[in-house]
Amino acid sequence: MEPLDALVAFANFVLVPGAAYGAQLALGALGVTLIYGILRFSNFAHGDTMAFGTMAVILTTWGLQSAGIGFGPLPTALLALPVGIAACAVLVLLTDRAVYRFYRAKKAAPVIFVIASLGVMFVYNGLVRFIIGVDDQSFADGERFLISARDFKEMTGLEEGLAIKTTQGITVVVAVIVVVVLFWFLNRTRTGKSMRAYSDNEDLALLSGINPERVVVYTWLIVAALATIAGTLYGLDKSFKPFTYFQLLLPIFAAAIVGGLGSPLGAIAGGFVIAFAEVTITYPLKKVLGYLMPEALEPDGLVQLLSTDYKFAVSFVILIIVLLFRPTGLFAGKSV
Amino acid sequence: MKKFVLASAATLVATSAFAQDDTVKLGIILGYTGPLESLAPGMESGAKLAIAEVNESGALLGGTTVEAVTGDSTCVDAAAATAAAERLVTGDGVVGIMGADCSGVTGAILSNVAVPNGVVVISPSATSPGLTAAEDNGLFFRTAPSDARQGQIISDILMEKGIETVAVTYTNNDYGKGLADAFQSAYEEAGGTVTISAAHEDGKADYSAEVGALAAAGGDRLVVAGYVDQGGSGIVRAALDSGAFDTFHFPDGMIAQALVDNFGSEIDGSSGDNPGTDSEGAKLYQDMATEEGYDGTSAFSAESYDAAALMMLAMQAAGSTDPAAWKESVMDVANAPGEQILPGELEKALQILQEGGDVDYVGASAVELIEPGESAGNYRVVGFENGEMVVEGYR
Repeated sequence: MEPLDALVAFANFVLVPGAAYGAQLALGALGVTLIYGILRFSNFAHGDTMAFGTMAVILTTWGLQSAGIGFGPLPTALLALPVGIAACAVLVLLTDRAVYRFYRAKKAAPVIFVIASLGVMFVYNGLVRFIIGVDDQSFADGERFLISARDFKEMTGLEEGLAIKTTQGITVVVAVIVVVVLFWFLNRTRTGKSMRAYSDNEDLALLSGINPERVVVYTWLIVAALATIAGTLYGLDKSFKPFTYFQLLLPIFAAAIVGGLGSPLGAIAGGFVIAFAEVTITYPLKKVLGYLMPEALEPDGLVQLLSTDYKFAVSFVILIIVLLFRPTGLFAGKSV
Repeated sequence: MKKFVLASAATLVATSAFAQDDTVKLGIILGYTGPLESLAPGMESGAKLAIAEVNESGALLGGTTVEAVTGDSTCVDAAAATAAAERLVTGDGVVGIMGADCSGVTGAILSNVAVPNGVVVISPSATSPGLTAAEDNGLFFRTAPSDARQGQIISDILMEKGIETVAVTYTNNDYGKGLADAFQSAYEEAGGTVTISAAHEDGKADYSAEVGALAAAGGDRLVVAGYVDQGGSGIVRAALDSGAFDTFHFPDGMIAQALVDNFGSEIDGSSGDNPGTDSEGAKLYQDMATEEGYDGTSAFSAESYDAAALMMLAMQAAGSTDPAAWKESVMDVANAPGEQILPGELEKALQILQEGGDVDYVGASAVELIEPGESAGNYRVVGFENGEMVVEGYR
């Protein structure tokens, strides 16, 4: 049984949380990478776009809860998602009209877009805090666990428990569905194809009669949906706090760049690489080795490769290595 | 000509008398943005309540009114906090600063702005042991105790419960590190074992890595020296969900209504402590706060009231708004001998001082300052039962 215990401990503290976090980062990075690929700038406001969408979802969830509408064992927030996406879409489209369209018409350099998005980030930041406040909000309801650590121990008789939260399950399932739908959309539909054409060569796309403003609107709509879903899943799994969403920007960009900016496949791979790098490299193997090794050889120390203090350093070292050897990222996006 | 001289003299007297009921400015520097932004409103309300009370009484230095000027410490960005303090001191001309909230920025404001300009700083919530030894020219006080004391208290609580191995996680700043170190040395001296002392960063997206490390190291209880609306809650959430720890000990940064709201009965059997007293003053203050429409039990709100009150009482005792003069009086008004002063009795205190009497300011947090100007520290020990936080005693 002992090797099983080792496996369960590893799954409980590394695989399951890593997978959920990876899926959240991947969805965030997809949004960033779409904007980079099609609108050609790094959108620093993405973290706060996520916060705004999630806020709309939370407010709707509260409304639904007070009206007594629930979603059975699943979180009510999933029902509120469409409203959140709509609110977020309205916001980003208004922003595009008020800010980005002006620079697009002037054919401004990408760096100007980046700085403009920085300004947009601060405006969103204030807007979210103004509406919902700065505090932590928990809005997860329904069944908390698919399987809790205690139940698992009782069921299997193992020393170690394995906990899988409903939100972790939902995160991975929803992420898979969203990615499948997105890829189908980009590769099979006319609009998706026109978006890819516009991304590959703007002038050629214009000559073939693709309406650029339509492509831009569709891009923003998809980005709003991705941001709201990513933000809501993250908020369900952890909790919602505007400050944290602002900080999420960093790992999301790291994920998008590692995977290759502009490559949707890369964004997903990047998300998981960053998430697992943070969790795995700093995980002390004391327990796992303790189960695997004969008693005499059991380690006294923690057998930790790096202290958890360095977990962010790990993702940035990966970022630097990737950029040094493959400047376009793992999946050959655009060079940064 | 004689009349003219007389008239000018009269005008002079009049103006100097007029100058008496001039305004004096006090700075309030708190982290309105950043990791402690949810505590700032309660703290600001506390300080402003004391100021309003004094202004209403009109008894300070013959009718001087006090005006509060606020600045943002950001809690984490020393450069921003220094700039805010610089603006308040050189631009607005404040004579004292109620703040800052977090230990790191408080140290920065003290050494970069307050000491060079000779302005008094009284922090309601900076608890890092490092500030005890800071170079301050007698300008720095705090109505919160140093965490060296809290480390000892936590060690005592755990030892009495018979818990002898714990894992520690702390928020990676002056407060967390200081408290974790103080606790570890006290606990090991008492015979306990700390299996791991790992830092966590606040406001980060994910704490699986930290919880993984803490769980691997093991321990009977997890000591979370963090902030409740920051990484602290994230760690507790992840530790509970993964089954890594069932019970915790929560130092002051974690004790708030939000903790109970977030975790309910999941943290039953845990313990906690935060600065607090069962003194009459605490209850009085809470009633006053409720009347004003804010939550007086919010962390460090009472200490903020006391910090602002001490400044104004010290001015009255010294008979001057010059920080160089009244910095000497802070310890006198805070400690015995003298008439005990509770919240809401600031007018009485001002009058006693005016008449040359002596006061012992007790205030909302039972202030007792020990050298070099920090609170001796009264702690409230709490436990968690059936999803409620219950007070187990005071020490």
